[in-house]
Amino acid sequence: MNPTVSDSFGARVDAALADRNLKLAVERTAGTAEAKRTLAVDAFPDFDAARDRAAAIKDHVVANLGFYLERFEANATAAGAHVHWARTAQEACDIVIRLCKQADAKSVARSKSMLGEEIGLPHALAEAGITRIETDLAEHIIQLSGERPSHIIWPAMHKTREQVSALFRTSHRNPHEEETIAAMAESARRHLREGMLAADVGISGANFLVADTGAVCTVTNEGNAELSLVPPRMHIVTAGIEKIVPSTGHAVHMLRMLSRSATGAPLSQYTTFYTGPKRPGDRDGPEEMHIVLVDNGRTTMREEGLAEMLRCIRCGACMNHCVVFRQIGGHAYGGTYPGPMGAVLTPAFDGLKQSRDLPNACTLNGKCQEVCPVRIPLPTLLRGWREKSWREGLEPASLRSGLALWAWFARRPRLYRAATATALASMRLMGRSGWLSTLPLAGGWTRYRDMPRPPADSFMAQYKKKLGKGPRP
Amino acid sequence: MTRPRVALFVTCLVDLIRPRIGFASIAALEAAGCEVIVPEAQTCCGQPALNSGDRKTAEDLARRTIAALEPYDHVVIPSGSCAATIRVHYPEILEHDASWGPRAAALAARTYEIMAYLDEVRGWKPDGVALPATATYHDSCSGLRELGIKRQPRRLLAAVDGLALRPLDGAETCCGFGGTFCVKYPAISNAIVGEKAAAIDATGADLLLAGDLGCLMNMAGKLHRDGSPVRAFHAIELVAGMGDGPAIGEDA
Repeated sequence: MNPTVSDSFGARVDAALADRNLKLAVERTAGTAEAKRTLAVDAFPDFDAARDRAAAIKDHVVANLGFYLERFEANATAAGAHVHWARTAQEACDIVIRLCKQADAKSVARSKSMLGEEIGLPHALAEAGITRIETDLAEHIIQLSGERPSHIIWPAMHKTREQVSALFRTSHRNPHEEETIAAMAESARRHLREGMLAADVGISGANFLVADTGAVCTVTNEGNAELSLVPPRMHIVTAGIEKIVPSTGHAVHMLRMLSRSATGAPLSQYTTFYTGPKRPGDRDGPEEMHIVLVDNGRTTMREEGLAEMLRCIRCGACMNHCVVFRQIGGHAYGGTYPGPMGAVLTPAFDGLKQSRDLPNACTLNGKCQEVCPVRIPLPTLLRGWREKSWREGLEPASLRSGLALWAWFARRPRLYRAATATALASMRLMGRSGWLSTLPLAGGWTRYRDMPRPPADSFMAQYKKKLGKGPRP
Repeated sequence: MTRPRVALFVTCLVDLIRPRIGFASIAALEAAGCEVIVPEAQTCCGQPALNSGDRKTAEDLARRTIAALEPYDHVVIPSGSCAATIRVHYPEILEHDASWGPRAAALAARTYEIMAYLDEVRGWKPDGVALPATATYHDSCSGLRELGIKRQPRRLLAAVDGLALRPLDGAETCCGFGGTFCVKYPAISNAIVGEKAAAIDATGADLLLAGDLGCLMNMAGKLHRDGSPVRAFHAIELVAGMGDGPAIGEDA
């Protein structure tokens, strides 16, 4: 069962927790990624210094975004590409649809791009009547099953191998005969190659935009980007403006951080820098290359205290290591980006009112920050959203009044001691043994756990008795 | 070394749920040559407000806590998470305040989690403490990641005669307590602590130890609900020679 975005967070969580297949699938992939990342990072000489450098590169770029974007535009244009600017998701989609129509495109081959998901490009292409073929294997699975990605690196991580096999058997023209990974991959390959070769336009995202060459860098493990972008007449790139790096050297440094953090591999299988369209004498390549640089709230994020989030290189390490993500999977987050990074980004993209649960549904354990290759202080940013939610009155009244009452007493130590003594006495009445299995107002606790029965006297009261006088001021 | 005047910050959970941790803390600190004072004006460090987004209340409680604790040489806390609130977060949230900002920073520099204090500052070991048992240790997140509490409790526990520590699979993985998280999102919290409890059981150890009562209540409460025989203690209880008393949830 797939929870839908229109459900509430609670409903999506309940559906996810009830789905044991999901748990199995997430644990297989994220667990492997966690172990592989640990090995890769341990083998990397001074990974911490490399992280500092990666964070510094991104901070420098984010602080000087205008400079590097203009540089990129000039160099990409000199290489023969056309650069377009989009302030909003709608503008970005409009540009892509207009370009597809100019190219008289019947079908487009798309290489996985989270930015494309973010701006709603699959939907916009469908509305424009353009056939879309997703060429990343996991995105292909998602497209066949009519779902949304549940992870930024493994969009179909929520599905087990067995579920994928069943899906391919009903959707592919010549499906696999044996239920092995190799046979299933071959079935997808046969199916996807037809679409790639027939496409009029190839659409991709960008892992990096290189300012001093005007190149667009993509990273895949399947080579589907190359096969989707080189044969068609036109290549359209949609990329967030924060994807920029100053030079190829900087891009290479970020690539080393990206692949190790994402899958634990030293490098991804395919890394390609596309600089302009086909030149005279080239044997292949698109005749036109268009690059759509998308803001969609990023400059606002920079101005409103989320500049550090723009360091993100979309590796997914934060979600792979997140205890909450590992239990509820990506769909429960309800936005384009799941996990800790999604809990920071979704309120920025979709509004805090609709997504106030996301920054709250986090234990602030700090593991995400510990593994982030660009040192994004995710817990601090999440706490920032909680503060905004509190200021704007979005937090539930029960929490506000409960916390207000507690804080009123906490400011008055003598009354606090009197009130807590009463609370202890009434809690003592709830059970005779050392454990309480029901507790009014704390049903969330005792539904799943027992609560140790509190002592008759608080520490402070016992200490006073022992001393024979009050604790010293 | 001179005899420092140490303020013990008792934490609201220790005060209300398990006073033994407070008494164990006093015993260990005195054995380590400290004069221990329990300032009466303390209540709660304000962490629930801070993590719920109620910044104004968090700042207010921070100022009150600073005023209560700043007359002493050192402040010692039997909780990595409350210690991190004072050491790491007070200076951050009061940075904008010209008079309280520097006071917060000064207090932060003199505030310690108890294991780090005993081990690193006092260079103390629990001589003559014995407990024949097997135990496993959970690294609570705030202490681990905000204060670097990892080897200090293990060094102190290694000095307890007869106590064997067994490694816990996923010892650094959050137990799902997360302060108010466990009551705001109980089903997710339960799924997380369920895995933690299974990992603890799998060690076959007699005892579960940690440095934060919140995490301990969560894990012990789940273990008990699931019928596990593992008994839970705050690590300071063992270090102070109080590991032969009632565990969390056992009648005194």
